[in-house]
Amino acid sequence: MDVFDGLMHGFAVALTAGNLLWALVGVTLGTAVGVLPGIGPALTVALLMPLTAKLEPIGAFIMFGGIYYGAMYGSSTTSILLNTPGENSSVVTAIEGNQMAKRGRGAAALATAAIGSFVAGTLATFALALFAPSVVTLALKFGPADYFALMVLAFTTVAAVLGTSLLRGLASLFLGIAIGLVGIDMQTGQARMALDIPYLLDGIEVVILAVGLFAVGETLFVVSRQKLLADQIIPIKGQIWMTKDEWRRSWKPWLRGSVIGFPFGALPAGGAEIPTFLSYSLERRLSKNPEEFGKGAIEGVAGPEATNNSAVTGVLVPLLTLGLPTSATAAIMLAAFQQYGLHPGPLLFQSNPDLVWGLIASLYIGNVMLLVLNLPLAGVWVRLLAIPRPYLYAGILVFAGLGVYSLHASVFDLGTLCLFGVLGYVMRCAEIPVSPAILGLILGPMAEQQFRRALAISQGDPTVFLTRPISATILTIALIALVAPPLVEYYRSRRRRCVFDQASS
Amino acid sequence: MTTILRSTRMKAAAAGLMMATLMIGANRVQAADYEIMAPAAPGGGYDRTSRAVEQVLKQDKLGTATVINVGGAGGAIGLAQFIRNRSGSDNAMIVGGFGMIASFATNKSKVTLADVTPIARLMSEYSVVVVPKDSPIKTLADLVAQLKKNTNGVSWAGGSAGGTDHILAGSIAKAIGVDPKQVNYVAFSGGGDSLAAIIGGQVTVGVGGFSELADQIKAGNLRVLAISSDKRVPGVDIPTLKEQGVDASLSNWRGIAAPPGITPAQRQAYLDLIAKVVASKSWKDILQTNGWNDEYLAGDDFKTYIANETTRITEILTQLGLVK
Repeated sequence: MDVFDGLMHGFAVALTAGNLLWALVGVTLGTAVGVLPGIGPALTVALLMPLTAKLEPIGAFIMFGGIYYGAMYGSSTTSILLNTPGENSSVVTAIEGNQMAKRGRGAAALATAAIGSFVAGTLATFALALFAPSVVTLALKFGPADYFALMVLAFTTVAAVLGTSLLRGLASLFLGIAIGLVGIDMQTGQARMALDIPYLLDGIEVVILAVGLFAVGETLFVVSRQKLLADQIIPIKGQIWMTKDEWRRSWKPWLRGSVIGFPFGALPAGGAEIPTFLSYSLERRLSKNPEEFGKGAIEGVAGPEATNNSAVTGVLVPLLTLGLPTSATAAIMLAAFQQYGLHPGPLLFQSNPDLVWGLIASLYIGNVMLLVLNLPLAGVWVRLLAIPRPYLYAGILVFAGLGVYSLHASVFDLGTLCLFGVLGYVMRCAEIPVSPAILGLILGPMAEQQFRRALAISQGDPTVFLTRPISATILTIALIALVAPPLVEYYRSRRRRCVFDQASS
Repeated sequence: MTTILRSTRMKAAAAGLMMATLMIGANRVQAADYEIMAPAAPGGGYDRTSRAVEQVLKQDKLGTATVINVGGAGGAIGLAQFIRNRSGSDNAMIVGGFGMIASFATNKSKVTLADVTPIARLMSEYSVVVVPKDSPIKTLADLVAQLKKNTNGVSWAGGSAGGTDHILAGSIAKAIGVDPKQVNYVAFSGGGDSLAAIIGGQVTVGVGGFSELADQIKAGNLRVLAISSDKRVPGVDIPTLKEQGVDASLSNWRGIAAPPGITPAQRQAYLDLIAKVVASKSWKDILQTNGWNDEYLAGDDFKTYIANETTRITEILTQLGLVK
């Protein structure tokens, strides 16, 4: 069966009334759990596993797929409006998205996120159907050394969020990396910086730091400045939907984000967070108005939001073609497959074409449903900002607390959140940017583990990073990304000076 | 103007209400006869075992149960909470196993499985030793020879350090007279990452749960060298480590325990309940679907078993240099 026949067959399977209903249930549930910082799609699918005893496999997977996609949509909403990222992969969205919301362009930010997610989800699903087998062969060639090179490349993107002072930005980055060291070290099983507190053994969740620094820190800062508190946020300035100019500035980031996200998702240790940072940094570099970044540039929402949806679809590549679960949600979906006695892998496409193509087709349908669900809601959600500031910020605090508590139902996590909130406040007062800290917490532990794995495999030989072709190529790109912009800037300014000199002489 | 403002406020309130409803819906607790604590996040082995017991209780009308997930610190957080809040209770159970013992030893946990009342070992999973399909290593003997020649040159992939996979790698080294400390073990997060590294040929050899790797072995992506069971598993055509002359074995078991401080009568009630669970057809079906081995061992025998396992696991972890 070729791709086209398969897809048509899949639509025939997915477009039954019952399966459409499951898709709707899935995307609605997914949007809801995405909104809350603590509960993610993995937990939701795990809690719904008992349903597999009652439900047909196709219906169940269509619903799980919907939850998976829906969570990505939902988490962007709170990032933009409340500066409270629901999932790790929408941390970047909060940077520009929340600024847009404050300038009265919240609905436009939500719209570009929703449409970007739709575009990326659709393109990535298409790529999944077409290239899954070849992509996975390539992905398996990536070893720890290559992943480390990828992390180095991701670290160069930190320049985009450093802010005006290099020193302050780097201080924030290293703070994040230091926080990432807390907990059991995976390579030796020993606890580091855990202060003999059992709750610290598993390390500190990115979401707690992100919500603490972004939402709680900002709330404290606003409360401490009476003038800010008295200001009313204007929920909508100008037209409610995206303007022509915003469309023009969004479509390229959507496409670039789709292209960046998919391969990262398909990589067994890729994930959805790193490509969002790469996309943000790329959009900033390519933007005609880089000075708007940090103050609500729509490209900074459109790119990363497209990227995370595309990455999430990429994760299905190793899952469906090899039975390799490369994210928490994928692992639980694999367990669900096994509940039905199904075995994802090279044979699944042949042995259960109904299921595979039905799932792929239902991802398209889920995408359309999410767009229909989210676009009109953007107008409703944005009214949240009309709540007078004191109540709005009180609400954000309650919401942040509830979300973090729902992570592990642990009071300790709440204490950590408060601590990070105060830290966020102090950092704001000292004009230290908070985003580098979060980037450090996400990237630091991953980079360390891959570095040590690579060195263990090479028996301590550091040249492994330069002798492996993939690693060497990525490191070269990282070097160019680091060196090229200042060089270009230098030559440009010199030429300008020459022209100026000529003109004046 | 006022009406517009009011309608905006109304919509704002409605939006707030919607979010609040979404949040409340998330943590609903249902009334139940039993409470089964899975000291881990949903989706893992402890969670699945807890939910399997819950399912059998319900299907065979032995009672209802609610599974509570309290993850963290390799199970220590959940266990501590269970001991603190459920002491003397006759309707609470907790799931535990091999991995918890190992993690408690490495992290010097203040609570251990000796602090609860063991009821029964329920099931186990065996591990397998595998190599990528085009590896020059064809048999276990090849691997042993290479380990003896250049221990450090053989990189092993598996789950986190000090876990089941690492312990098996260490036991194999010890059995063939190689210093376990010299084992070049590379820890990966989660089954998928480790599996990708093994299939992709990034490491020399891999260790993992048989049920997790079975599909890849069947598909020909991995060559299996040995299984960690004591004797051949019926219906599984894989030679054991022992029959190939490597005196090592490992059974990744999970069992169930009752709170501390219960009376002998209460303990007997728990023993009877679990005896009914494991005798049921629905339990056998669950073992079958999950590829779990039936390893029911109840009461005092289970208690002795836990004590022996603790000694054995701590010893090998010490030899691996993880417990000092």
